[in-house]
Order: sequence, then structure tokens, then C-alpha cells
Amino acid sequence: MHELSVCQSILSQVETIAQQHQATAVTLIKLKIGPLSGVETPLLVNAWTIASANTIAAEAQFEVEEMPITIHCPSCDRESRAKANRMVCGHCGEWRTQLVSGDEMLLQSIELDKSTERENV
Amino acid sequence: MCDTCGCNITPGNEHLIVNDGKLSKTSSGGEAVEVLQGLLHENDHQAMHNRQHFDQHQLLAINLMSSPGSGKTALLEATIDALGDEVRIGVVEGDLETENDANRIRKKGVPACQISTGSACHLDAHMVHDALHQLTLEDLDILFIENVGNLVCPASFDLGHHRNITLLSVTEGDDKPAKYPVIFRAADLMLLTKTDLLPYLEEFDPTRAEQYLRELSNPAEMISLSAKSGEGLKHWLDWLRHELKHYRRHLATGTTLTPALQPDGVALHQHTHSHNHTHNHDHHHS
Repeated sequence: MHELSVCQSILSQVETIAQQHQATAVTLIKLKIGPLSGVETPLLVNAWTIASANTIAAEAQFEVEEMPITIHCPSCDRESRAKANRMVCGHCGEWRTQLVSGDEMLLQSIELDKSTERENV
Repeated sequence: MCDTCGCNITPGNEHLIVNDGKLSKTSSGGEAVEVLQGLLHENDHQAMHNRQHFDQHQLLAINLMSSPGSGKTALLEATIDALGDEVRIGVVEGDLETENDANRIRKKGVPACQISTGSACHLDAHMVHDALHQLTLEDLDILFIENVGNLVCPASFDLGHHRNITLLSVTEGDDKPAKYPVIFRAADLMLLTKTDLLPYLEEFDPTRAEQYLRELSNPAEMISLSAKSGEGLKHWLDWLRHELKHYRRHLATGTTLTPALQPDGVALHQHTHSHNHTHNHDHHHS
């Protein structure tokens, strides 16, 4: 359960950016998560509810794009989808493959509300 | 940390900040900001600073990860016995509670610092940084960081170390790499421990364990050993000697070592900003 630590780190980054832009609220947070990052999306979403409570991002829509595991095979020069525990080439069976995507743990973008009415709320 | 040195402004996002930025408006009139940072940005940044400390002191830092009870501390005790006169070893111990493991290491005459994580299931770069203050880094050649016994969370946090070792004890089952792919995929070396028990465990097949590791597309070496009987220990000690030499050669050319596989955010962070920013520390490292 390190998802809460991850959420606290997201929150800190989001708060910094919101401050830099003098935003009054964060409305959308977009993440990219791959299965090889070690972060579980459902746990992350639950932990976010706790981490974001009473913050500038409490009302933000929390969007996670789950990335597939894709590998490239240097042996047959083709790409294939793979499972986290079986990253062998789907075409020729070579195990020495290169990861193309699947280990992402990225804060992609955020959207900010800068309307001043909120400041008086 | 990043707000002080400005390294959070990367080639990936500087266009958003420089010259008023190219900030697109959302349909609702809000502002969209492209970020492209690793989710553990602060941890990764601290890890990079830790690595700088290690490198300043020519100290090879090795992260030991495994489930609880796989023999990490026993391995360290045997390693200190065998290598203590030749290499100056220090240990950072991570556990939820107690000083037990640090005390075991101290009995061997080696400096050890215990991090009690409370309820945290992993070490992070900040905890390790705090521990570094309690050790005299210039008196050490190798620092072992014994992570919290856990096959899930430690894999996601860069500590600033140079090598990852994942232990698998033969009492655990040979399919552990298939069950916990993230942590075994991160291994620069897989140690098969407690091999003195193999005669009693017909169901454990070391070849199969290695096969599962390969299926993670991990070419890391596997060394089988028993800290108790001493079997295979020489192979492990040779690996350590080799890594220490390899590390020092890297330092001599002005480069450092990182684990072969790094969390996505770390890679992003390192590729997108210069490493030579000033390291503003308001404290002193002994």
C-alpha cells in the first residue's frame, strides 16, 4: 500500500503548479499508469480521495489512463503485447525484449480554475 | 527541493513557463497545464541527491529487497564475516519496528543505522537521506540498504542506490518472480538464499526460478548461496568485489552507476534536466 505515498507526492506537485499559476482550484488531473510501475489504479483512486480531502484539488476529476505492456523484440524486430510476468516476444519467443510501454507512472497534465469568485467562497 | 533549484522546469514543460507559456484554455475557461513529471518527482529528486552524496564519498550503495524472512540480515552477517577486513561496510536497516536487525549488524563491528518506518511498507529517498546523517560516509566502501521486507512497494522508490538485489529464499517457492514481477524485474542480481534447505524441498527447482526471471526479460545473474553453510558465498563476494571495481572505474571517468532498470519517473527526471545544478544543503554530511 504505497499508493497513499504516491498520492501525497502527486498532491504536492499539483499544489505547486496551482500556486505558480495562481489557480483557485484544480479541476482535472490526468495520469498515465503502466502495470510495471507497481502502482495499482483502483488503490490509487481510493487513496486519492483521502489524500486530496480539504485541498485545492479536492474537487478535481482524477483520470487515470492505464497503459498496456508493449515490448519490442530485437531478434525479429517486431512489437507485441505482453503480460507483466511474461515479457517474451509474442512472435518468436525471444526473452531478451525491450520495453516500449508499461512502466509509466506519470503526471500527464492538470487543468486549473482561475476564476476569482471562488476566492470569496 | 525543486522550487529552490528550478530543476522542475524541464525541456518537456519549459514552454509552459517561459514567455508566459503556451497554456491552452479549457472549454470551461480554465487553464490546462501539461506536466509530464514522474508521480514520485520529489522522491526521485531526493534520490538523485543521495546518489551525489554516495559518489562524493566513493560509496557503492546496494538496495536489498525481498519478502520478510528471506535471509537479508543473515546474508549481511556472513558477508561482513567474510569481507570485513577487506572492504569497509555500513548498513542501513529498514523495518516497521525495533532495532533488532541493526543490533545484529553492530555486533559484527560494523556501523548500522536503523530506520523504523512505523507503518510505511517501504523505504523512500528521504528516509535514507536522514539515515545518512548518522553514518560517517567517508569511512565506508559499500553501504547496504536493507529495505523493508516486502515484495511490492520497495520496487517503486529510487533511494539513490547503484544496484538492486532481490533475494528469493528456497522456502518461498520457485514461482515468486512470476508472482511479483515488478520487484524481480528490477533486480540487477537475484540471490537464491537458504540453499542448504534444498535437499528438504523437492518442489523447489532453481532452474525454474531462473526461467521465471528470464520471462520478465531480465538478464540479471542468479547466484545460489547459503549464509549458514557458506555454500556459494565465494561467488557472491566476487560479484561484490567486481561491482565495487566497476563502480570506481565509473567514478574515475566522471560517471556513476544506476540500477539497470529504473522507475519511469526517474528516467524522465534524469533525461530532462542538467545534473550540475548547485546542491543547496543547509546541513553538513559527515
